[in-house]
Amino acid sequence: MPQSDASQPLLRARGVRKIFPGTIALDGVDFSLEAGEVHALLGENGAGKSTLIKCLTGAYRRDGGDILLEGEIINPKGTIDAQAYGIGTVYQEVNLLPNLTIAENLSLGHQPTRFGMISVRDMNRRAREVLANYDLSVDVTRNLGSCSVAVQQVIAIARAVTLSGKVLILDEPTASLDSHEVGMLFDVIRSLKQRGLGIVFISHFLDQIFEISDRLTVLRNGRLVGTETTSDIDRLRLVNLMLGRELEEEIRPHGKDHTATGEPRFSFTGFGRKGSIAPFDLAIHSGEVVGVAGLLGSGRTETAEVLFGVSHHDSGVASRGEGTDLHLKSPRDAIAAGFGFCPEDRKTDGVIADLTVRENIALALQARIGWMRRIPDREQRAMANDYIRKLDIRTPDAEKPVGLLSGGNQQKVMLARWLATNPSFLILDEPTRGIDVGAHAEIIRLIEDLCAQGMSLLVISSELDELVAYSHRVIVVRDRHHVAELVGNEITTDNMVSAIAAPEKETVI
Amino acid sequence: MTVMLPFLRRIMPQLITLAVIVGLISFMFPGFFTISIANGRLYGIPIDILNRGAPVALLAIGMTLVIATRGIDLSVGAVMAICGATAAWGITEGYSLAATLAMALSAGLVCGLWNGFLVAVLGIQPIVATLILMVAGRGVAQLITEGAILTFNHEGLIFFGSGSLFTVPTPVIIGVAAGALATLVVRRTALGMLIEAIGINLRASTLSGVNTRVLLIAVYMTSGLCAALAGIIAAADIRGADANNAGLWLELDAILAVVIGGTSLLGGRFSLIASLIGALIIQAVNTGILLSGFPPEFNLIIKAVIILIILILQSPTMRSVVIFFSRDPAGAGEVEKETVVP
Repeated sequence: MPQSDASQPLLRARGVRKIFPGTIALDGVDFSLEAGEVHALLGENGAGKSTLIKCLTGAYRRDGGDILLEGEIINPKGTIDAQAYGIGTVYQEVNLLPNLTIAENLSLGHQPTRFGMISVRDMNRRAREVLANYDLSVDVTRNLGSCSVAVQQVIAIARAVTLSGKVLILDEPTASLDSHEVGMLFDVIRSLKQRGLGIVFISHFLDQIFEISDRLTVLRNGRLVGTETTSDIDRLRLVNLMLGRELEEEIRPHGKDHTATGEPRFSFTGFGRKGSIAPFDLAIHSGEVVGVAGLLGSGRTETAEVLFGVSHHDSGVASRGEGTDLHLKSPRDAIAAGFGFCPEDRKTDGVIADLTVRENIALALQARIGWMRRIPDREQRAMANDYIRKLDIRTPDAEKPVGLLSGGNQQKVMLARWLATNPSFLILDEPTRGIDVGAHAEIIRLIEDLCAQGMSLLVISSELDELVAYSHRVIVVRDRHHVAELVGNEITTDNMVSAIAAPEKETVI
Repeated sequence: MTVMLPFLRRIMPQLITLAVIVGLISFMFPGFFTISIANGRLYGIPIDILNRGAPVALLAIGMTLVIATRGIDLSVGAVMAICGATAAWGITEGYSLAATLAMALSAGLVCGLWNGFLVAVLGIQPIVATLILMVAGRGVAQLITEGAILTFNHEGLIFFGSGSLFTVPTPVIIGVAAGALATLVVRRTALGMLIEAIGINLRASTLSGVNTRVLLIAVYMTSGLCAALAGIIAAADIRGADANNAGLWLELDAILAVVIGGTSLLGGRFSLIASLIGALIIQAVNTGILLSGFPPEFNLIIKAVIILIILILQSPTMRSVVIFFSRDPAGAGEVEKETVVP
């Protein structure tokens, strides 16, 4: 391991306190980061991870405690100041400029100039030099927005490292990457570690924590629970530290019996859309959970969007029960037919951030009833409070803007919005992505409850264990085709992985 | 009463601003509050402010709704000219008053439909889409008036500009009625919430089943209708349609009224009442400058400075400064309440 000052940790937080009106967000938290280590920061949503990061980078003014960089107390006044000290941060949503080229993004703020003019040649050359360190061979004159999220992520890291160079903080960098891209990102992290950077890594994915981190620190409710060496701790104990309760196992795998027989509730024949998903047949029975497995970009989200009318299907027919044709040309049509859809990207497609929890829950029902007949305030409140209680949505009250809630609670609000319309067929796209372990388990329980009540569900998930836990049937999607259907005991992670991976043993449906 | 509290808190900055400006004018011009009745009509400076402010107030109603959807309507001034010209043409051609009004209002609706079509169906950015009609609209109005100022002497039509009902000037009645009706419709039905939802997150609203396309078109048509009413009033007031100058730059006053009213140009939460007070603030400033006796060449500069001060006082930076100072002993509880109870 490379070393700097052997005695001093690279970055250290000592008794950091941060108080928000009404809550203590951080209560005397200690944290230390060595040079050349990857230090994972864990905790449920609201545990104080982001607050700690923001105190370290000066985005928040702390209310107590010290921050020491190489033994010296520092007081960064903001992220730019922190950069000057050598602390760089990369957030989950890459905050660079998609309409500028890669080279421009890398040198933004200190472009090489010649006679007062930006020297594009120097800028591009420098960018190529920087990216060569990351094994990234891209055309630096391309617009950043045209690159994949993973490449953008690496470029954001490259920029942060160039500007700061001592400490790199990665706030959920893998949240929107697929497994191949995660591998690529991890290679970058490892090489930076070799170069002696201290890296703080925040993620919800336990597998990734175990794969990449040297040590980990767990926070809960603004307090430090403990710092451990990753190789000394097992999964179960880690989850215990995070949740502070005994959890026998995260999910109970039990391939469900395929009970659905007889007339399907909805059937789709030759349903598809050119360029997004090849025509497929799908029958949905009542009280059935149909899982959809596949890699990012394989056509799983496209399947959901075609079914819900978000993008027009250009082939095939949909019918209800014995064969009444359904017209699914728009989300409104789908909703009229009794469909509901929780999209993958909650922020852009799901919640209306500035509206209150109450309004967000009432929205779909109100839209279906029409604008003329407003749901009276009293009913809206009763409905919202009902779902807040039933789904255990953590919010002070129903009048809180939904954007202020944590990811897991926003997801529950989305579910409440659809449950309020009493749908017969609910499509959930990655319902557990980016939410903490506790809410995760609750949402899985909810899916099982809804199904037991006779609702039909189509659940897209990249967590195969999860699909095993609740699915009656699993559709495997690859290269924009539905390539396999697994029923009952066939539903195992191994089977799904091999169907996703192997193009040979095809069981086209 | 408890229901009214958030509402009062919302419009408090606008009410205070209006009070300060009215206070300043009455200080400089002691006879400010004198209101008299002559020929069965109220006269006085406050009445004049309401009367002159009516067109911008009407525009501000439609503009508020458009801005709440994260759009903007630059064409309202030109639509005023079109509708004023239509009214003048109709009445001089010998159509009945009802038919003339119907034609003028329909012209406004058609203009709104056009804007709505460009924005909601073709997906053109609102500022560009409405810019087209802003430029072309005056041309259309000139075609209607055939390049001349079309004057008329029809008592019925003139009534909308300078008449009065129960001693209250007609424009004031139209403005108040339109404001009340719009507020009622928007808040008693679900329209208000749906419009806000569209402004905050169009895609999420569509996915939730909100008929975003139809609502967007309806909002632009409402703006067109409001502009038509304002256009009729403006034409009736001068007893003629001036294609070049009717409603000139009023779209900017309307946008300003909405901004002073505290509705974000990024869409979302809106308050019609606050925008209407914003329109009154602008007119009070205009009237105040005229009364103050400054040479007229200073008017625009003074107006700009006053508006700048209002906007600085309402800016988030200023708000945090105020909160910072009121955090000390006495104000602490108040601030905390504000942050905890949203």
